Amino acid sequence: MRIAIRGGRLIDPAHGRDGRHDLYIAEGRVVGIDAPPGGFVPERSIDASGRIVCPGFIDLCARLREPGAEHKATIACETHAAARNGITTLVVPADTDPVIDETAVVELIRRRAEAAGFAHVLTLGALTRGLKGEHLAEMAALKEAGCVGVGNALAPVASTLVLRRALEYAASHGLTVFLTPLDPWLGATGCAHDGQIAARLGLAGIPVAAETAALGRDLALIEETGVRAHIGRLSSARACAMVARAQAEGLPVTADVSAHHLHLCEQDIGRFDANAHVLPPLRTLRDREALRAAVASGTLLAVCSDHQPHEADAKLDPFGLTEPGISGLDTLLGLTLKLVDEGVLPLAEAIARITRGPAGVLGIDAGQLGIGAVADVCVFDPERHRALTARTLASRGHNTPFLGWELRGEVTHTLLAGRVVYAHEGA
Amino acid sequence: MHDIERLIDTLANALRAALAARAASAPALVGVHTGGVWIAERLRERLDLPGPIGTLDISFYRDDFTRVGMNPQVRPSHLPFDLEGRHVILVDDVLHTGRTTRAALNEIFDYGRPASVLLAVLVDRGGRELPIAADAVGAHVDLAPGENIKLTGPDPLKLTIQKRP
Amino acid sequence: MNPASIQLDAQGRLKHFLTIEGLKRQHLIDILDTAESLTGVAERRVKKLPTLRGKTVANLFFESSTRTRTTFELAAKRLSADVLTVNIATSSTSKGETLLDTVRNIEAMQCDMFVVRHAASGAAEFIARHVRPHIAVLNAGDGRHAHPTQAMLDMLTIRRHKGPAFQDLRVAIVGDILHSRVARSDIHALNVLGCANVRVVAPRTLLPPEVGTLGVQVFHDLDQGLRDVDVVIMLRLQRERMSGALLPSAQEYYQQYGLTEERLAVARPDAIVMHPGPINRGVEMASAVVDGPRSVILEQVTNGIAVRMAVMSITLGNQSSPAEDA
Repeated sequence: MRIAIRGGRLIDPAHGRDGRHDLYIAEGRVVGIDAPPGGFVPERSIDASGRIVCPGFIDLCARLREPGAEHKATIACETHAAARNGITTLVVPADTDPVIDETAVVELIRRRAEAAGFAHVLTLGALTRGLKGEHLAEMAALKEAGCVGVGNALAPVASTLVLRRALEYAASHGLTVFLTPLDPWLGATGCAHDGQIAARLGLAGIPVAAETAALGRDLALIEETGVRAHIGRLSSARACAMVARAQAEGLPVTADVSAHHLHLCEQDIGRFDANAHVLPPLRTLRDREALRAAVASGTLLAVCSDHQPHEADAKLDPFGLTEPGISGLDTLLGLTLKLVDEGVLPLAEAIARITRGPAGVLGIDAGQLGIGAVADVCVFDPERHRALTARTLASRGHNTPFLGWELRGEVTHTLLAGRVVYAHEGA
Repeated sequence: MHDIERLIDTLANALRAALAARAASAPALVGVHTGGVWIAERLRERLDLPGPIGTLDISFYRDDFTRVGMNPQVRPSHLPFDLEGRHVILVDDVLHTGRTTRAALNEIFDYGRPASVLLAVLVDRGGRELPIAADAVGAHVDLAPGENIKLTGPDPLKLTIQKRP
Repeated sequence: MNPASIQLDAQGRLKHFLTIEGLKRQHLIDILDTAESLTGVAERRVKKLPTLRGKTVANLFFESSTRTRTTFELAAKRLSADVLTVNIATSSTSKGETLLDTVRNIEAMQCDMFVVRHAASGAAEFIARHVRPHIAVLNAGDGRHAHPTQAMLDMLTIRRHKGPAFQDLRVAIVGDILHSRVARSDIHALNVLGCANVRVVAPRTLLPPEVGTLGVQVFHDLDQGLRDVDVVIMLRLQRERMSGALLPSAQEYYQQYGLTEERLAVARPDAIVMHPGPINRGVEMASAVVDGPRSVILEQVTNGIAVRMAVMSITLGNQSSPAEDA
């Protein structure tokens, strides 16, 4: 399929492009910018005037709930939702059921994703078998099967010795380790930031130290083992400062934050709003400001959706008994553009946090639209607003505290390897 | 508009006769909160009765409780004497449907079993919905439809007729 | 979101009783006055009022509790309501039924009021958001969050001893503030009633973070915390918290925070001592204090019945009546 996308504002941070450029695509790749290659006759033309054309978004953490929790969502429906939202690459953490500690699970996910055909789905292998933190997983085999990295999802590796060995082993095989720091004891029973709101509502708290204590240990081991590591879903100002210092000291560490942590804080729990129950928890306004500053400075190289779709029942209980997590695919672009509107960072930088940044973390050739690049493309109308209601959400999970919000940015076209996987009706 | 003191005199005389007819000695006065209590105090002076006056707040006994809800200004009922075997004079300001009297009688019997109960009211305005009659009345008043009579006080006591909006 | 919004109707009248937070002073005064008028009922020949005749009150206890359950039961019965007590702690939820399913089932039995005790903070409010509109929900304790009827019976006990001028009082709350819904509700109630000198006394391990933001002064030393106070509210220390990572031992806790006659000497001579019960004698307080002249602990129990009767009649009255009739 030969496609011409004309008249749009092309933002491609990897090549420093931000301006009016036409894009020509053939055989799944970018074949021309501004001018088509000789003899190019488009089979389809997309008029992108007034719109922004950019690389398809790369989401470093999205749970698709398959295998194991198909009552919440499936790979087919969530990748479809991703396409609807301009997301072309999704990274699935290892905490599926069964856990991604066997190559068969990697295969299964790949097959399902290919059958659906809406997005590239990449997997993280388990760091320890069953995520139990006791025995190393077969990381080399998992890498062979296609895992882009290894991690223990939200299950902490309690034993520092096991973690050290796991990092050494991952390093031996050139695997990037994905860690979400959470102290297994400090955070064990909590469901909200250990601050004013938890005190008032009588919720068990998760102190900042649950993140920083674990992060301190992780950084010490990263330094010693020399493993390439990515710290996912930071929630506190202190942790941002620690990561920035580690980076300044030359440690091979990158980090990300969820889009919702950049817009919400503990006060958004309100009166026990279970949709604001997330792990790590929403923290103070000061923490939120520090996370924003770290996104602006590049300490946090990526913004992810931390997509965790749930069935309605999962949130129908008293706050602490509900399952944590926000359905985030539908808000990744809108919340990222909101950062621009609120002066946190310029548009091209913001786009970089959901394209080039995460591509760099993964070490994959994606998130850029140079000549020859795989044509994963998102076209969106930056002026159109989207009202978030249960009806307009594309994800099967309706668990989001942003219901009722109106966010800027409406995706009109998503291309996956040169194929149109989403086109807005009438756009 | 009404000479209250004269009405209370009339009521006191009627009550004296009713007590005599019933041969009720050493009666106890119980006023229904709040107007009934004011009248009971005047009656105590006029009949020269010793002992304290009991007060009843019938909020918890109203048959329309679940329709109109709780009056936030509810006061405690207080019967500072033993009712058992006593002759009780139940005093209210206005007798209308009889529902207040029904509630007050119920409450009295939750305190004990009196020898008898006499009902004394300052004004009987008619309009009964229950088989209840006063033993002593200060005045009978006929009201036009939509009119309401109300006692205000305690000093001075005043009866006013209001048009309901 | 205003915490009061769900428990008040459009006219600002109480239709559920879930938390003290967000209520106005007049709401609390109305409860106290109504309770005051109900304290005499127990001395009558017939200890019963016909107020809630024909109404059904369901006690939903997802967490076991003898005392609170019996006083709610007695309060409902003294108002002539029919009472259904369901100990769910040992029944359906262990069979995997969801909280909402349980509620829907009891709802189908045509109840007019739910009295809810649950181990999770926010449970009563959650139920109130999901029940049919004519059902009143009373919070009989939800996790660490709130125990508003306990707070009101504490306020009634204080008012009966110290008069209505809460602004002149110094009140110390001693013990496990962190896990205590009683402490949270007492703090809110005292603040709403104008008491500006509320102290919490506990080691750091038993205090929530940023406890000062609740409107209290923090003391770690009992003698300093008790100085010149008019009221001492002792909290219960759960047995499993007596030794471990929160406290080294029950003995050391008693040494540091146990209330004895000697330690009470720094309080005002007419100070009263309260405890929500059940008491661990020799852990939270000495028997001599429990049974001593300044203890008003049994009065609290008695007042608890009147307060629960008051809250039941106020909320059920408001639930079933459109305000314009009143």
